[in-house]
Amino acid sequence: MRIMFIIARRELAAYFSTPLAYVFLVTYAASAGAMTFYVGGFFASRQANLSTFFTFQPWLFLALIPAIGMRLWAEERRTGTIEILMTMPVSTWEAVGGKFIAGWAFTGIALLLTTPIWYTVNYLGSPDNGVIIASYVATFLMAGALLALASCLSALTRNQVIAFVISIAACSLMMVGGADVVVAALRKVAPAIIVDFVASASFLTHFVTITNGVLDLRDTMFFLSFIALCLFINGQLIEIKKGS
Amino acid sequence: MADTGARLVDVDCLTKAFGSVAAVNGVSFHVNRGEVLGFLGPNGAGKSTTMKMITGYLSPTSGTARIGGADVRTEPRAVKSRIGYLPEGAPLYGDMTPEAYLDFSARIRGLKGDDRQRRVRDVIARLQLEEVLHRRIETLSKGFKRRLGLAQALVHDPEVLILDEPTDGLDPNQKHAVRKLIAEIKTDKAIVISTHLLEEVDAICDRAIIIDHGVLVGEGTPAELRARAENHNAVALALPMQNGAKAAKVIGAMPEIARVVPTASGNMMTLIAYPKDHVFAADIVAARLRSEGIDFHELHTEAGRLDLVFRQLTIQRQVA
Repeated sequence: MRIMFIIARRELAAYFSTPLAYVFLVTYAASAGAMTFYVGGFFASRQANLSTFFTFQPWLFLALIPAIGMRLWAEERRTGTIEILMTMPVSTWEAVGGKFIAGWAFTGIALLLTTPIWYTVNYLGSPDNGVIIASYVATFLMAGALLALASCLSALTRNQVIAFVISIAACSLMMVGGADVVVAALRKVAPAIIVDFVASASFLTHFVTITNGVLDLRDTMFFLSFIALCLFINGQLIEIKKGS
Repeated sequence: MADTGARLVDVDCLTKAFGSVAAVNGVSFHVNRGEVLGFLGPNGAGKSTTMKMITGYLSPTSGTARIGGADVRTEPRAVKSRIGYLPEGAPLYGDMTPEAYLDFSARIRGLKGDDRQRRVRDVIARLQLEEVLHRRIETLSKGFKRRLGLAQALVHDPEVLILDEPTDGLDPNQKHAVRKLIAEIKTDKAIVISTHLLEEVDAICDRAIIIDHGVLVGEGTPAELRARAENHNAVALALPMQNGAKAAKVIGAMPEIARVVPTASGNMMTLIAYPKDHVFAADIVAARLRSEGIDFHELHTEAGRLDLVFRQLTIQRQVA
């Protein structure tokens, strides 16, 4: 755990060592706000809740999380520092976990930056803060799942741009499985069991359940086990790719 | 020296296959405490792959390496904590400062508190990194980067150092400083250095091994290796042009001499006489010339050039 923490600390510092991190955070906070207030019609709805804010989170993350995850392993492989890291007394699991924690903490910081919006709805009315907290948890869990996927895919290549593009593609796939359009289209051609499987493996399905105010163990476990699976594959990929 | 020092590095029939190609094929060697082993071979011979297996980065296809008795396949963490490693090209985290990087390395190596600070300060001083401590690593010159890579390898004071081309890209003064450092710290360590520079073998290595196409083709002290050179104990003569032809004939007729190669340079003639079986022949050649009344300016014995040995050992295989 100590080693994982040391690695996470270095990685998190690496995010902030370039102006990119600040650009990212500002872009995220600004677009989350803009989506909520302009696109989502926050004022027009005349409701004191954050449902418009959370509705847009998955789609914002689709572009932003791959940007956080892309450098985790691709950069390490490009520069060759992976050889230093993996010949220190560090297990693959500690390295994978440490890097993931750093990226996840970074998304956590981004989420914290949106709390003024939360404050705003409390100022304007009296929202159900329980639902909002559950939605924040759901958003954080979903961010983690997308990040784990992006981290895993970044181990496949030395090129951050390639890692970014394939991560967007993969994250989109995981996301849209539960969208109404996809489910309806699938229902025409596939048996119910497959439709149910695709829909239940979709991030959106689980995310929407939680943001509706039901933070149950099933959805939480879904995201957590998806993270664990991705990080496990991530570790395997690193082992396999070392030789090339 | 082999008797007094413990065998810290023990490489046992190490083999690495990528697909059907054996990059390293059954390489065995050992390094004792207090010894510097030069690891030579042409580009792509398998030097870096061997080092990657010893340090636990790549897992061997077969065979193993033991570091201070710990087997790299079964106790990778014990092996890794005993080794300081400078990979090929000295990769570094470009976004960090040298100070933060060394602190990170020391923390990961489990150094704590005062001990950590002392070790970090020590390697900073040893490798003269003071002036760049707070600059971003990616902005540093090649020489500083290489020294920082070495500092990282030394920060936990490991028993075993594996250095892949540690002086590559350094200027002659920096090369000298690194060699001096290695000589200073070698007494309680076992050090493996891969290099292309044969002068380096003479300067710092107690022993050297040569690999080619993944196979060990030569091993010995620098002197032993040199004895295998084609020109080992060859007698080199410089004499006036008009004496050249006669001298070549006289020496060539001696039973101890295999052949004589003359080269003209200006108004001088240089003769290289290769004795049979590389025996020492300078004295008899000189005596013979004197008895024939042939004047010569200079006569010396070639010790044998390491680059010739290197070429002999590594080109043969390419032809075969």
